[in-house]
Amino acid sequence: MGRGDYIAKRVGFALITVLVAITLNFVLFRAIPGDAVSALRCRQCTAAFKEFQRQELGLDKSKWEQYRLYLADLAHGDLGRSLRTERSVASELWAPIRNTLPMVALGTFFSILLGVAAGVVSAWRRGTIVDRGTLYTGLGFYSMPPQWLGLLMVLYVSGWLGLPTSGVKDPILGILGDASTWDVVVDRLEHMVLPSLTLGLVLLGEYALITRSAMLETLGEDYALTARAKGLSNWAVVRRHGLRNALLPVVTLVALSLGFIIGGAITIEYVFSYPGIGLAIVEAIDKRDFPVLQGAFLLLTLSVIAFNLLADLLYFKLDPRVTT
Amino acid sequence: MSAGVEGAAFVERQGRGRALLSALRGPQLAIGLLILLAFTVIAVFSPLILSRDAKTKVGDVFEPPSGAHVLGTDGGGADMVALLVQGAGVSLAVGFAAAVVSALIGGAVGLLSGYFGGKVDTLLMRITDYVLVIPDVPLMIIVAALFGRSLTNIILIIGAIYWTTTARLIRAQVKSVRERVYVKRARAIGAGNTRIIFRHVLPQVAPLLVANTVLLVALAIFAETFITFLGLGDPALVSWGRLIENAFKDDALLNEAWWAIVPPGVCVTLLILACTMIGQSLEDSLNPRLRVGHLSVRRFRLRPLDGRLDAE
Repeated sequence: MGRGDYIAKRVGFALITVLVAITLNFVLFRAIPGDAVSALRCRQCTAAFKEFQRQELGLDKSKWEQYRLYLADLAHGDLGRSLRTERSVASELWAPIRNTLPMVALGTFFSILLGVAAGVVSAWRRGTIVDRGTLYTGLGFYSMPPQWLGLLMVLYVSGWLGLPTSGVKDPILGILGDASTWDVVVDRLEHMVLPSLTLGLVLLGEYALITRSAMLETLGEDYALTARAKGLSNWAVVRRHGLRNALLPVVTLVALSLGFIIGGAITIEYVFSYPGIGLAIVEAIDKRDFPVLQGAFLLLTLSVIAFNLLADLLYFKLDPRVTT
Repeated sequence: MSAGVEGAAFVERQGRGRALLSALRGPQLAIGLLILLAFTVIAVFSPLILSRDAKTKVGDVFEPPSGAHVLGTDGGGADMVALLVQGAGVSLAVGFAAAVVSALIGGAVGLLSGYFGGKVDTLLMRITDYVLVIPDVPLMIIVAALFGRSLTNIILIIGAIYWTTTARLIRAQVKSVRERVYVKRARAIGAGNTRIIFRHVLPQVAPLLVANTVLLVALAIFAETFITFLGLGDPALVSWGRLIENAFKDDALLNEAWWAIVPPGVCVTLLILACTMIGQSLEDSLNPRLRVGHLSVRRFRLRPLDGRLDAE
C-alpha cells in the first residue's frame, strides 16, 4: 500500500471517529434521566427560567431536529451556553485550556526527561540491580493513583522545595508594587511545577521502558557492534548509536499518551486547585452544568483523536516501513 | 488492520503496566498472588474482623496513631485500620465485578469476531477501534455524573469501557485456534458452530481470558479511585478510593494527618501492582507465542531482546 493510501486511510478513520464522538456526545447528554435543565443545581433558578433554558437548548423539539441543530451549531463552532453563567461554553473553557496546556507540556517534558534518563541507565546497566531498581520504581509510580501521588507531593515535597500547592498564580503578586514580566513567569512556573511533576512521575515508567527496550534493540544491531569495534567508548556507543535511534518510539509515545495524560490531569488539577480544563470539568459536574461538561468532553475527545492521527502520521514519517 | 490508530490506543491503554513488567523477571507471580491473597482474605473476613460499621466515630478528628488506633483516625473520627479493612471489600468487589463485565463483553466480541471472521469481524473490530480512541477517564466521569452514583452503575461503566483490549487479545487467539487440525476435523465430521465454539475454542482461550481479567481488575480499581475522587462514588460505601477522597475533602493536608492520606493509597498501589504482576506472568506463561502477537499490535518492540545482547 502506498504512502497516499496510508495517509488517506488514517485521516478517513479519524474523521469517522470524530463523527462517532460527536454523536456519542449528543446521545449521552440526551439520555440523562429527566433532562439537562432539571438536573441543574441552582437554587435561584425559577421554573420560568428553566423553561426558557429548555427552549434555548431546543429540548422541546424532536430528537432528530435536536441532533441536526447540534451538528449545525458545531459546524459554526458554537458549543452552546453555560446554564449557570449564560456565557458561551467556548469562552468558559478558553481560560482553563490556556492554563492546562503549559502544565501538561511541562509534565510531559518531565516524564520524557526522567524516563529517557532512567531508560538509558537501565539499558546500559542491564541485568544489574540498577536496572531492576529503575524498572520497579517505574512500575511503582505507574500503579499509583495520580491524585494520591499529588497529595503525597503536597504533604512531603512542597514544603521541602518551598513551592506553592494551589492555584495558578500568587494572588498578591503585582498588587504591592509592580511585578516584572520575569516575576510573573517565575510565579506561574512555580505554581506549575508540582502538578506537572506529579503527571511526569506517573508517566515516567512508560518512557523508561520504551527507551530501555529500544536501546537494547539498537545496541544489538550490527552498526552498534561496528561502532564498538572501531574503538568507541561504551558511552559514545550508547549516546550516538543507541539513544539517537531509541528516541523514535519516544516521539510517538508522546502523542499516544495524551488520552491518559488528560485523565490524570483532571484529578491532579483538582488536588492542586489548578484552574485548568480538569477543574472546569469537576466544577461543571458539581453544578450539573451539562453544556459546559459536554463541550469539555468533546474538546478532549477531539484532541485525543487529533493526536492519535498525528502519532500515526509521525510514525509513518519516521519509519516508512509501516505499511498497514 | 492491526496497526494504526487502534494499535496506538492499545499501547496507551493496556500496554503500560504489562510492558513494564515483562522487562522484569523474577518471582512476580508468587509475590503478586501473596498480596492479592492477603487482601482477599481481609476483604472476605472483614465482617468478622470488624465488630461495627467502620465509619463509627471512636475518637477525635485526625487523632494521630496510638496504641488504641494503630493508624490514627480520619476526619470523621473513625478508626483508619477499620476503614481500610472495610474498604478492601468494596474496592476488591468493584475491581472484580467490573473486570468480569469487561471480560464477558470482550470475550464475546473477541470470540465472535475471531471465529466468524468476514463481515462480523470487520464490524465488531470497527466498533472496538472507536471505543479505544474515546478517552476513557473523561467518558467514565461523565457517564457516572449523568447516570447516578450507585455501586452497580460504577461497575457497569468501568466494565463497559475496558473490554476493548480483551476483545483484541481473544480475537487473535481464537483466530489461531480456529485453524488447528482438531477444530477442522470436528467441523469435517459435522460439528456445528456452537459446539465447536464451546467445546473446542472456548476451553483453549479461557485461561488467557482469566489472565487478562486479572489485569482488568487492576485497571478497574484504578478507575474506581478516579471516579470516587471526583465525588461520584457511591455515597453510602467506604472504598479505598473513597478514603483518599475523604482525606482530601476533610483537609487532612492542613492537619498534616499523613495517616489518613498515605495508607489507602499504599493499599491501592499494592493491589494494582499485585494484579499487574499476576496477570502479566500468567499471560506470558500461558502463551509465549502471544508475545509475538503483542508485538505486531503494539508496533513498538516492547520486549527487550536480552538474548541477543547476552550473546555478544
